[in-house]
Formats: sequence, structure tokens, C-alpha cells
Amino acid sequence: MSTVAAQPTTVYDVERIRRDFPILGRTVRGKRLVYLDNAATTQKPQAVIDRLVRYYTEENSNVHRGVHYLSELATAEYENARVYVQSFLNARSEKEIVFTRGTTESINLVAQTWARTNVREGDEVLISAIEHHSNIVPWQMLCGEKRATLRVIPVADNGELLIDEYERMLNPRVKIVAVGHASNALGTINPIQRMAAAAHAHGAVILVDGAQGVPHMRVDVQDLGVDFYAFSGHKVYGPTGIGVLWGRESILDAMPPWQGGGDMILSVSFEKTTYNALPYKFEAGTPDIAGVVGLAAALEYVSNIGLDAIGAYEHEVQQYASKRLLELDGIRLIGTAREKASVISFVLEGVHPHDIGTILDQEGIAIRTGHHCAQPLMMRFNVPATGRASFGLYNTREEADALVAGLRKVIEVFR
Amino acid sequence: MSDLRELYQQVILDHNKNPRNYHEMADATSTVEGYNPLCGDHYTVFLKMEGPTIRDVSFTGSGCAISKASASVMSATLKGKSKDEAEQLFDTFHRLVTGDASGLSAADLGRLAAFSGVSEFPARVKCATLAWHTLRSALEGKGEKVTTE
Repeated sequence: MSTVAAQPTTVYDVERIRRDFPILGRTVRGKRLVYLDNAATTQKPQAVIDRLVRYYTEENSNVHRGVHYLSELATAEYENARVYVQSFLNARSEKEIVFTRGTTESINLVAQTWARTNVREGDEVLISAIEHHSNIVPWQMLCGEKRATLRVIPVADNGELLIDEYERMLNPRVKIVAVGHASNALGTINPIQRMAAAAHAHGAVILVDGAQGVPHMRVDVQDLGVDFYAFSGHKVYGPTGIGVLWGRESILDAMPPWQGGGDMILSVSFEKTTYNALPYKFEAGTPDIAGVVGLAAALEYVSNIGLDAIGAYEHEVQQYASKRLLELDGIRLIGTAREKASVISFVLEGVHPHDIGTILDQEGIAIRTGHHCAQPLMMRFNVPATGRASFGLYNTREEADALVAGLRKVIEVFR
Repeated sequence: MSDLRELYQQVILDHNKNPRNYHEMADATSTVEGYNPLCGDHYTVFLKMEGPTIRDVSFTGSGCAISKASASVMSATLKGKSKDEAEQLFDTFHRLVTGDASGLSAADLGRLAAFSGVSEFPARVKCATLAWHTLRSALEGKGEKVTTE
């Protein structure tokens, strides 16, 4: 598992890729859009947009129900998408792929089923200091209910987790470790394989929040050696409202269901309900069928370019942008991990990030400003907020230059 | 740049850099925290009342230029005003930054006029009004934390 693989054998044709994304052709406030908020959500290629339209135009029906043609068609497309996700993650079985609303719901599912069953009073849950709120709050809720202890793996000043410290924190009371694959706020890529091996050595399971992993690197859940992996479709060029929870079959199988309803049952009487098999046990109600087929189209899109090629290209753009940003007076990059996804968090001396965001917006440049749903992390680095430029597979060096030029305008206004 | 200069007028940049009445107040009669969880702007407004009159206003905290300058200008504007006058100024200010300034004269606005550009930036209205909402809560003696989200 690494971000930066060998250079792709074919040239990475970013201009051709950009043409796949219709929104990139629009202007914002009279300027060409420079979209650098990919860690919040990514834009959608025409292939994904077309897939959604085709689904609703030609295939729409409910799944797993009717005997009629369209229902069979929709069911087949839905289940084909599941198989696609399985192979995308190199999961052992398609039964291990549960569709959810997104990473947040995937994590809550594990917290509310696996953890509610397996975490008891006095047990410990480990998360890290650089987690998104979605990988903090579900565990706080659980620990509150179970009188368990939430412990936090500390982070070094460069944004890397203190892995030796993590290994010392592991003990038989730790039931689950929940960490991000890559930090949305700092870009830090965590050494998941090593962390998984250490968790298992102490009898804990490990969940990975892969919201910022899947868009930037090839993910092989078997190779990572983890137990749960969660990600969102919309951060990997797919639709909003759809996500995935992958879990080891033996673990998912032993978990109680979460939400009750249609599709997750085999038979229902008022006395007793028999639950459906995996993965349907965890998919109560009519799912987001269009979202699922759209997600598969997005994963196919990135696979066709190649995740290794994407990761290498984004890394290069990130390195270039970081270097250019450091030319600016009074800038400080927050998060300088050696293994880093294409996320750059920064503060500019004397200018609040919110003001930076407004001024850049006037230039057509979209970045995120604020705490990035990681307030404890902001406190750790003693900043109320940061500006964050996050790069996707379609961003260019020229856009990094535009960001630097925009920041010069910010400095001009404020100094 | 013209919209930006409208937003970041010299008065705002000046108050942001050198905020007035930027200190705690030991003998405040009311202290209220204002917080915008979305952008992390966080202020405490201190108020000293003498009967119906605002004897003193100060604030501490941090946030963007718009929110800080707004708190600073507010504190300078309200000293010596009555509670009713303060409510009226709140209303005037709110109308100004939400683009409903019809009928407001330059005399009504005074130095609040520096915030006229905010109405072109709807996302920044809550920055401009955070301190004012906080102050109003203090005036009403609610003493509870205010958020603008």
C-alpha cells in the first residue's frame, strides 16, 4: 500500500481528463472555475452523469422485488455494481459489500452493531487526533452508552500519528481501533497495514475511514489487513448519498442488523422475524439504486485512468503547489507528513481563513476554509481554522499558480 | 476587486487590525459568548449597564476580519446609548448587511456604513452579525451562549 507508485507508462493527459467533467468548463463570478475543494466533494465526469440519466430513463424499478422485466434489470445492475465494488476493493466476496449513505453511515453502522455488541464497560476504543468528526462522534456516543473509554492516538507536529505511542496504547481492553486512511484536514496517510497488524496482535478489530483514501490510491482491503473499510461515493467522483461499508464476512455475519425494514428480512410475522443473509441484512428499505449504479460508473472511471497514475499525478501537483505556496510571506503549511494525499492546509499570518476564502471566491477559486469537521485537530495545532486546497485528478499546476496569485491578492488587501 | 474593496473597506481593515475595546471587563453586568460553529468565530461580549444605559462594552475572542471589525465598531458605537437605542441600531445594522437599507440615512448609519458591502456576500452576513446577536442576548439578560448557525 503506497500512494506514490511508479510513473504510469502512458502520459497522464490531464486536459483530456478535464474535458470529461462538464462543470470544469463553467465560469464562476466571471472567472474560470478553479475547483480546489475536492476533499469536500469531487466533481462528476460525464460518464457518471450519463449513467444516472440512463438508469432513470431506461432502467428504473425497485430491486429484489418484482418478477417483471424492469425489476430484474434494475436488480441485475444493482448487484453488478456490488460485484464491481468488490473487485475494486479486492474483497473476498460481494457479500462483504454493504451499500450505505456514505462513510458517516458506514461508521455509525459498525458503532451501533458490532461495537454495541462487543464493547463493554471498562473497554477502550482508540481513535486518532486527526479524525473527522464522523469518526469521533459515533464512538463518543457508543462509549457514553457503554461506559467505555475513548482514547486518542496523538499526532506529531508534522501531522503524522505517533505510531510507537499507538502501539503502547494497545492492550486487551481495546476492542476496536478506528482511524482514517488519509486525513481530510492535513492529508496525512496513516500506516494502516502496520496499525492493523498491531491491533490484531492485541485482539482488537480495526475500522478504516477511507473517505480520503479511495479517491487517491489503490485500496486492497485484504492487503491492508483491516476488518472494516468505509468510503463515500461523492468523494471519488460518484453521486452524493451513496457509500460503502466493507467488512470481513465472518465479522459481518456475526453482527446483529441495524435498521429494520424491507429487504433485510427473509420472513416476518408478528411473533418473529428472520433476517436476510449478507449483505441484505444491513440494507433495510429501498436503497439508492441510482446512486449505486452511479458509484460503480465512478469507480470504473477512476479505474480506467488507474489509481496509481492518479495518485502519482496528484502527488506531483501537490508537491508543486506546496512549493509555490511557500513563496508567500507569512504562510504556514499545517500537515507536512512524509506520506501525504493531495491536501494542503495552510494559514496566512494576519488573515483569517474565512476572509481568504471570500477573496479567492471572487477569483473563481473554490477552497474550503474552517475547521474541516476536525475541531479537536484545529485545537491541537492551535489554529481556529485553516484554508485547505485539496487537489483531484483533474487539477493542474496552472490552477496551483492561480491559487498562489489569488493569495497574493489576499495579502494585497490585508497588508 | 471592486466588490472586494466594498467589503473590505478601510474602516473594517483598520478595526480588524486594531480592534477597539478589545479586553475583558471585570465589573461587567453581563457577559455572553457568541460562537459560529461553521467558521469557528468565537467572541465574548462584556456589557456594563447603568439603569437603561450602556455604560461600557468590550469584547475578546477571534474570528475573521468582518466579525472582528463588526464587534469593534459595535463596541465603539454603543457606549452611552440606551438599551432601546441599541436595539434600534441592531435593527439598522441588520437591515444594512442583509441588503434592506432603503430609508436608512447616512446619519442613521454613522460608522456602521462601512459594512454596506456585506450585503453582496450573503455567506458573510452571519460574520457581521455575530457580535450584535451576542450583545442583544446580553442586553436581554439571557446570558446564554449565542450561535449564528
